[in-house]
Amino acid sequence: MSDLLSIDFMQRALIAALLVGTVAPMVGIFLVQRRLSLIGDGMGHVALAGVAIGLVTGQGPVLTALVAAVIAAVVIELLRDRGRTNGDVALAVIFYGGIAAGVVIISKAPDGTPANLTKYLFGSILTTQREDLYVFAALAAVISFTTWALRPRLFAVANDEEYARAVGLPVLALNIVLAVLTAATVVIAMRVVGLLLISALMIVPNAAAQLIARSFSSGVRWAVAFGLVSAVGGVAVSYPLNTPSGGTIVLVAVAIFIVTAAVAAAIARVSQHRHAVAERHDHEHGLDCGHLAVPHGDHVDYVHDGHRHAPHEGHYDEHGDPQTAGSSGAETTGTRRG
Amino acid sequence: MTLAPAPTPAPTPAPATEAVLSLRAASFGYGDRPVLADVNLMVRPGEVVAVLGPNGAGKSTLMKGILGLNELVSGSVTLFGVPSTEFHDRARMGYVPQRHTLSASVRATVEEIVSSGRLPRLGRLGRMRATDRQIVARALDVVGLADRAATEVSTLSGGQQRRVLIARALASQPDVLIMDEPTAGVDAANQRVLAAVLERLADRDVTMVIVTHEIGALKRLFTRVVVVDAGRIQFDGTPQQYAARRTVARHDDGNGCDTHPVDQQDGRGTNRGTLALGPLDHLRGHHGWSA
Repeated sequence: MSDLLSIDFMQRALIAALLVGTVAPMVGIFLVQRRLSLIGDGMGHVALAGVAIGLVTGQGPVLTALVAAVIAAVVIELLRDRGRTNGDVALAVIFYGGIAAGVVIISKAPDGTPANLTKYLFGSILTTQREDLYVFAALAAVISFTTWALRPRLFAVANDEEYARAVGLPVLALNIVLAVLTAATVVIAMRVVGLLLISALMIVPNAAAQLIARSFSSGVRWAVAFGLVSAVGGVAVSYPLNTPSGGTIVLVAVAIFIVTAAVAAAIARVSQHRHAVAERHDHEHGLDCGHLAVPHGDHVDYVHDGHRHAPHEGHYDEHGDPQTAGSSGAETTGTRRG
Repeated sequence: MTLAPAPTPAPTPAPATEAVLSLRAASFGYGDRPVLADVNLMVRPGEVVAVLGPNGAGKSTLMKGILGLNELVSGSVTLFGVPSTEFHDRARMGYVPQRHTLSASVRATVEEIVSSGRLPRLGRLGRMRATDRQIVARALDVVGLADRAATEVSTLSGGQQRRVLIARALASQPDVLIMDEPTAGVDAANQRVLAAVLERLADRDVTMVIVTHEIGALKRLFTRVVVVDAGRIQFDGTPQQYAARRTVARHDDGNGCDTHPVDQQDGRGTNRGTLALGPLDHLRGHHGWSA
């Protein structure tokens, strides 16, 4: 690893991976929440047209890709807001028009070789230049700050758009901001994992995180951790294995997902046995329900017909009988899903 | 009308005489096809209004129209004395939508969902302060979910999730609560808890407009009943007048529609001639038009 770090292009590759691995899941969780997991893919398609225009006109392809993706993002959100009819079809037209234009225009570029096309479609992190890195770092800083600052509002809109509208949150503006953040993420990730694999880095770490998270904020933390491990690990592994970095990163992310799913299932099975659910409980305990409330560790048990009932998820757990209170019971708290 | 003394500056409450909401000849819907036509309705502070009617009658359209979620085709809607087109202080409107599931796509805790109800009071970019957290905690207390603040919402029962939504609306310290079918699909134990929560709010003089197709579990709550059917308001009066009207009509209860007050003894009026009539048909008769 230490000799890996001493190689100049590997240093740049690892820094780029670090930036993308952190930022992509932060944006991706809102796409998962809005059930728009594949929209990043579509924006990647449009970004290719931007890249092609950049190559033909001699502009920096990163800049033109950013412009194309941001325009597509805004148009998509306006279409979604406007239309009840055929919004889905309109998206397909934009996405496929984008990738087709990209392929055609890139063939007219001075260095419009198939190899060049592959570089953008599947990523070529090892060719990342120092200047690219500055642009990526700036974009990553803007994206992570914006998602942090707007997180409660983006959460509220993605969670219940109708409610957000009713209470006067700026729903359309927030949706456009999210779309632009997605576009910017697509452009940073373009060099690292390639335009065809971008969605993977936004979505797969979140899919794994959702298996073990117990709250939205812990979901974000786990997803960023998984994204970082996948991106940096994928780049590090791809060098000695001599495999394409983009594909390797995504395979590492998928492997993390599978391992997490297996571990989560095993834990759920074990804790089910350590967990006694009060049977047929057609009463809801509360402040003035008339049952004696007994503090028990970090929660309150209610003494109900000689049983101690502790609220857990949608049901009540049995926490031993009142006589032996305090000595036992804490370990009966499980994590089984109700 | 706020639930508790507000530590944060809240808008000055409306004078007692000012209507919370007032609809004049209002029609809602899309384009030239109003779903609900010619609605005149005024709700005053402290009223608890039941909006009854069969499925598809236009109850939800009325509610969404009040909230500005669908188009006002003609007429006017005034909220707290301000025309709805110029009304921007939407945090005063507490909306409890009808949802059977909460946040199925990603994990979120009860507290996270309820905190999102505080956002309308935080301005463009404001973040939750200690007082906001207290208000959220108090909202959870009112609905009896204080001990489940950190629970993941999708693990809760339907009735508990409904109370999460009520707490979310309360978190913005609204001046009126507008609820869509709060008791639908909720088991008996949770319906009792829900009714107790709403009665607690009514005791604090919270104005409420509750859309429901079953008056049963909530019947002690209401000060007024509005019946919507076939795109119009068919009845508007006190619960006593509503009950009296039904008794006079003495129709058959055989079609299983649940807009009836549960306490009403039916089945003695075995008048075969009215057998095919729905529970609202006698009202149509009074208005002299048919379905």
